[in-house]
Amino acid sequence: MNIGSVRDDALYMDELSQKNSPIHRLDPRAKIIASVFFIFTVLSFNRYEIFALISFFAFPVFLLVSAELPVWYLMKKVIIISPVVILIAIFNPIFDREAIFVLAGTEISAGWVSFLSILIRFFLTAGSVLILLACTGFYEVCMALERMRVPPIFVMQLLFLYRYIFVLLDEGSRMVRAHALRSFSDKHMGMKTFGSMLGNLLLRTVDRAERINCAMLARGFAGSVTMHRRIKFRASDVLFVALWPVLFILMRKYNFSGLIGNLLLVIVK
Amino acid sequence: MSHHIVEVKDLYFTYHDGTPAIRGVSFRITHGESVAVVGANGAGKSTLLHHLNGSIVPKHGEVRIGDYPITKERLKEVRRTVGMVFQNPDDQLFMPRVFDDVAFGPLNYGLPSNEIEARVDKALAEVGALDLKNRSSTRLSAGEKRAVSIASVLAVSPDILVLDEPNSDLDPRARRRLIELLKTFKHTKIIATHDLDMVLDLCPRTIILAEGKVIADGNSLEIFNNEKLLKRSNLEKPLRMQECPDFGKQK
Ligand SMILES: Nc1ncnc2c1ncn2[C@@H]1O[C@H](COP(=O)(O)OP(=O)(O)OP(=O)(O)O)[C@@H](O)[C@H]1O
Ligand SMILES: [Mg+2]
Repeated sequence: MNIGSVRDDALYMDELSQKNSPIHRLDPRAKIIASVFFIFTVLSFNRYEIFALISFFAFPVFLLVSAELPVWYLMKKVIIISPVVILIAIFNPIFDREAIFVLAGTEISAGWVSFLSILIRFFLTAGSVLILLACTGFYEVCMALERMRVPPIFVMQLLFLYRYIFVLLDEGSRMVRAHALRSFSDKHMGMKTFGSMLGNLLLRTVDRAERINCAMLARGFAGSVTMHRRIKFRASDVLFVALWPVLFILMRKYNFSGLIGNLLLVIVK
Repeated sequence: MSHHIVEVKDLYFTYHDGTPAIRGVSFRITHGESVAVVGANGAGKSTLLHHLNGSIVPKHGEVRIGDYPITKERLKEVRRTVGMVFQNPDDQLFMPRVFDDVAFGPLNYGLPSNEIEARVDKALAEVGALDLKNRSSTRLSAGEKRAVSIASVLAVSPDILVLDEPNSDLDPRARRRLIELLKTFKHTKIIATHDLDMVLDLCPRTIILAEGKVIADGNSLEIFNNEKLLKRSNLEKPLRMQECPDFGKQK
């Protein structure tokens, strides 16, 4: 993974959010509310739950399909960060060795079950956040948060964090390119070069940040960014926020996957 | 109208690292004047321009906009009066979409939201960049970024326009359009540039900086005829004024 590809990813995500599907056209607030609801419901299950969680894939799958998002691409992004979660979750099977059920003759310990449960929940929540961004756009999410009375200082932090990440990535990829063009070899740079480049990058970013701040002040920035957008809650938005959370609550109360499983068994018999 | 006057008195400025960038500059630019600031790389043009809207506070001396010195209390008013286009458009564009960038100033100055859209469209149309409106600022070409930066300043309709190398990334047609646009701008203009041909089109008066000092201030044509002076500031006579015997004969 190099700096240029991170930048391309960020730009690609931005591009995805510019598409024009029914999901993209929904009010960002509707999507945020449904997603937050989704995340809380998924996290509210007890730590040994697996099967009931399966039905929750309906939400991300629905969004992926109807917003025509690149499933594999987004999945890869989630997989890339998953090692962090695996590292944390792996302690479960180590410490929690009590067997809770037997599958095909082998005892499955409670630890493994909760490990799997954590992974599924991670996939669901991280995936839904990524999908929300891909079908809404970072700035639209920020703006919607602002409209939803999230403290402006918090929204601004998010906004500038995002902006400065781009600045950092831009500066970084320029330096890497400059280095590559002048080093006349495709060997990796040595520790020493890398260190001094990193220091230089930091300085450059601070400089840039200062100049951007200067430009903002020059145009009357007084501590809060207001964005001008006409967003309106329409019937489709109401429908979206009304239906999905209700479905989440139902799926939380009744084990749909179990029900469907049983139903299938009945049919097969 | 005396409030479009820009006056700099005995200005000194040294950067944190000890670089003395401005070393005793004074001039007075009156309402409606159009002045070029030229000089070699590192002569102090950008540093000087940054003083004019209070982005940099002088170490010594003062800057007066409209007959009053720039003070902390007046900063907001001064920045609305003095529209500044920075040398690097990447610094100027910090919002997600071009639209947001151009709307940033007007929104901050409290323009009613039903007028914002029209104001943004007008500013973008003036620089011929209306079709960029919904693009993401991070992905424009250098010249497009430049056009949008200028629009973002025009959108607040400043009384005094300060431009730092406004045409350095523009293709000939965009450069021409910028010159025509600036010609229609009747207020005070201060333009730092290396493009002396543009100066001939736009600025009757030129100030030459060298090592942080004013070495010439006067009629542009006269100054450009003084080869010694131009050479001293790494400049060349504008193409239009260069004698070119071969082409001359054809005419
Ligand atoms: N942030 C800074 N910190 C320290 N020194 C600086 C900084 N910016 C500029 N300088 C120095 O101040 C002097 C004047 O720089 P300035 O940017 O004003 O020149 P300029 O006339 O705009 O040049 P150019 O034509 O290259 O844009 C130079 O010697 C430069 O090295
Ligand atoms: Mg400069």
